[in-house]
Amino acid sequence: MAQVFHRSSNMISRASILGALLFLGGLSCALWGITMSPWYTEQNVTRQQPVPFSHRHHAGELGIDCRYCHTSVDKSSFAGLPPTQTCMTCHSQIWTNASMLEPVRASYRTDQSISWTRVNALPDFVYFDHSIHVSKGIGCTTCHGPIAEMPLTYRAGTLYMSWCLECHRQPEKYVRPKAEVFNPFYKPPANQLELGRQLVKEYKIQSLQYCSTCHR
Amino acid sequence: MDSEGSQKIAVASAPEPLIGPGHTLETVTDKISSIVLTRGTTPGWVFGFAIAFCLLMLLNVVITLLMVYGVGIWGINIPVGWAFAITNFVWWIGIGHAGTLISAILLLLHQKWRTSINRFAEAMTIFAVMCAGMFPLLHMGRPWLFFYLMPYPNPMWLWPQFRSPLVWDVFAVSTYFTVSLLFWFVGLIPDLATLRDRAKNRAAQVIYGMLSMGWRGSAVHWSRYEFASLLLAGLATPLVVSVHTVVSFDFTIAIVPGWHSTIFPPYFVAGAIYSGFAMVLTLAIPIRKYYHLEDLVTMRHLNIMAKVMLATGIIVAYAYIVETFMAFYSANLYERYMMMNRMTGPYAVVYWALVACNLVIPQALWSGRVRRSIPALFLISLVVNVGMWLERFVIIVVSLHREFVPSKWDMFYPTRWDWATYVGTIGLFFTLFYLFIRFLPMISIVEVRSLVHETNEEKLHSKLHS
Repeated sequence: MAQVFHRSSNMISRASILGALLFLGGLSCALWGITMSPWYTEQNVTRQQPVPFSHRHHAGELGIDCRYCHTSVDKSSFAGLPPTQTCMTCHSQIWTNASMLEPVRASYRTDQSISWTRVNALPDFVYFDHSIHVSKGIGCTTCHGPIAEMPLTYRAGTLYMSWCLECHRQPEKYVRPKAEVFNPFYKPPANQLELGRQLVKEYKIQSLQYCSTCHR
Repeated sequence: MDSEGSQKIAVASAPEPLIGPGHTLETVTDKISSIVLTRGTTPGWVFGFAIAFCLLMLLNVVITLLMVYGVGIWGINIPVGWAFAITNFVWWIGIGHAGTLISAILLLLHQKWRTSINRFAEAMTIFAVMCAGMFPLLHMGRPWLFFYLMPYPNPMWLWPQFRSPLVWDVFAVSTYFTVSLLFWFVGLIPDLATLRDRAKNRAAQVIYGMLSMGWRGSAVHWSRYEFASLLLAGLATPLVVSVHTVVSFDFTIAIVPGWHSTIFPPYFVAGAIYSGFAMVLTLAIPIRKYYHLEDLVTMRHLNIMAKVMLATGIIVAYAYIVETFMAFYSANLYERYMMMNRMTGPYAVVYWALVACNLVIPQALWSGRVRRSIPALFLISLVVNVGMWLERFVIIVVSLHREFVPSKWDMFYPTRWDWATYVGTIGLFFTLFYLFIRFLPMISIVEVRSLVHETNEEKLHSKLHS
């Protein structure tokens, strides 16, 4: 009786076992790569906005305090988006004819809010409160990145839960003196860990990691 | 007097043969392989397969509805959040245990009677675990997120809750499935090679050839085969005990009266083997009749399985009695109420049906006449299957529906989709089983051949000595 398979099938079957392992390994790496890529997380990806608002110019070069526009950041869960009137406090006086600002003036005339594209939006199943973070010494730039250097705003973190937990597990690595919270140019000192531990104690920061802390 | 007595003992202890008379190595191979290769697709097979396949399609419908509408199509609600799905899960996984017991523990104990039933008992295990595994996944409500159950590196920096028995269950069941599948497949390899060599058409040669992984029957192959079988038997042996123990932890770790009990692990394992042997009988009796395998699956096999069923049934009965006793002995208001509610509450009919099915009716197996009557055995095996399903229903639903606070009490009524899911998995099970008996040797050719060889050797020896 003739052989069912050619001799080469031995090699093929062995290679296919190795190939299957490599394929599975490669697939896992590829999936992880996609999960962590800016294409999927939108980290570091700038968004188109109705008006090309520059945080670098306003918060960096001009030195306008974060709270001038985001008024409720230290009182409420939501930092607040400024109404057009806030823009017009200055722009009724300067750059009054700039074509770039026409949507702002149109909004002011018609009383229709500018519809900004949300850059940092947490899912609805996450409870997040700006005020507690700000009043316990977590600076704006800790989560929002080098906002004073962003001509157009992008998301600085992945917004993954691991990203939240990084700080919730070790707040001493990120906490800063309360006076520096709104300083967009703050650089952590060399003795951050030492200072951080001291601040954690002083501000009574709890390392909250219960599920129900954020998923209420 | 003395000689008469010893004669009687000799007559009683002379075992019936495990294999019909006149079998040689060749006839065994012919008989078993011809079912797959030459008998072809018979009308009886098509009829049975069609019914099973229709039920499988019903399962498809249910799963689709479940994906669209969620678990609300079932009758579950708080307080009875676990009902049919978990009952079916425990029932199916319990059924699987007989296969593992037969193939692993009895192999290590050198029980020769296992040889002609182990193959389809193992197949039963695998298909039953597949049916079982579906229920927790479907019951999650969002089955597509099933991978949350596994510890894998993830951007949430989150492990499963390792203190939860539900996570242990994931490991227990997936290990069980993997080991059972490997064991089954390794055992199949020499038989697949036989089918490859005997197959006449090219497609069968290629498929069986690929599955037999180049088996040539060399001494090295045999030695590795034996070693692998032994290793896998060693791996599977603790699983016979551990898997259902972990399943019982799903209940015992919770503080619900009726669940929170230390007797559960041994009680569940005994119940699993009990229901498993019942299922083996339910399957073996029609198969041996339809395929004329009475000389391979002999009356002695059925008799032994009936005895195992009786023995494990008694352990289960003991557990029921202890459970009842402990409820009253504990002097705990809730435990006592739980037991009274089982016996006299709204689900009392189910409880007494369970007692009848699992405790009372199987006692008929004490009688040798009943053990030798095929219709009686078949009926009792069905009754035990039903009884073991009712047992899980009583444990789960009747305990949950009235726990501590009366304001939380409520009834569970199954919807038509509850039944459809259950019947659908029976369809899945039998579809797979029909495919198995059509395309794979349902009795291990290799092991039965070695049994024939041993029997013939023994005969030869006794002839030489006499």
